[in-house]
Amino acid sequence: MTPDQIIFLLCAALIVGSALMVVTTKNLVHAALWLVATLFGVAILYGLLQAGFLALVQVVVYIGAIAVLFIFAVMLTRREMRDKGTQVNHNWGISALLALLTFGGLAFILSSWVGFSSTAKAIPAGTDTLMMLGKALVSPDAYVLPFEVASILLLAALVGAVYIATSSKE
Amino acid sequence: MSIPLSWYLILSAALFSIGLFGVLARKNAVAILLGIELMLNAVNINLVAFWRYGSGSIAGQVFAIIVFAVAAAEVAVGLALIISVYRRRTTVIADELDLLKW
Repeated sequence: MTPDQIIFLLCAALIVGSALMVVTTKNLVHAALWLVATLFGVAILYGLLQAGFLALVQVVVYIGAIAVLFIFAVMLTRREMRDKGTQVNHNWGISALLALLTFGGLAFILSSWVGFSSTAKAIPAGTDTLMMLGKALVSPDAYVLPFEVASILLLAALVGAVYIATSSKE
Repeated sequence: MSIPLSWYLILSAALFSIGLFGVLARKNAVAILLGIELMLNAVNINLVAFWRYGSGSIAGQVFAIIVFAVAAAEVAVGLALIISVYRRRTTVIADELDLLKW
């Protein structure tokens, strides 16, 4: 076992454990906080994959914005939060079966793929992946169009969210 | 880097399945959105792992960033819808929002 593998296994245990808590815990505020733990584990994985910028974005955007937004939404709809009864609907058994089948199917399909157990080559010295990423996002030959479309999507979502959530009383 | 690609793929398959269970089984609409977040994160782990183990193209990271943007937009609109529904119906239980059912 190398240190990398030990970090990965700890991280995987954190991710899977807290993800299970997200979908099973009764108190929704706790579910949102377990989601923060999951997202933090995923950020560590990005660090392990040498994608430091994505790890940072994961912490800032996912934990800083999205998880906090979830906590706000739970607080604003808090009548259901105090609901101590069951939090799953009546066909949760079928759902669990379907999730297990999905996992089994994915694992089976992936394990029959040739590149399944490939290992990573070291990133050549002197390659700045962050600079490559930045150039790819603004270069007309690469991904400038999806990048701009994403910004329009964010603007539309902002306007839409404000419009939908504004109370129509006044 | 001594971690085989398979570890990342299995982990993200597990995370995706857990998220799928959350989406299908939870009653509360906010909890359903939490499940969707888990699934999006599973996809992102896959994208970044394929970037790292692939052949030098940066596309995996670019896609991951697009997924970040889409997730932020989806959560903003989704939670706005839930809050708006809660204001009118004082419930966020997905089963009770059956106005369009006949």
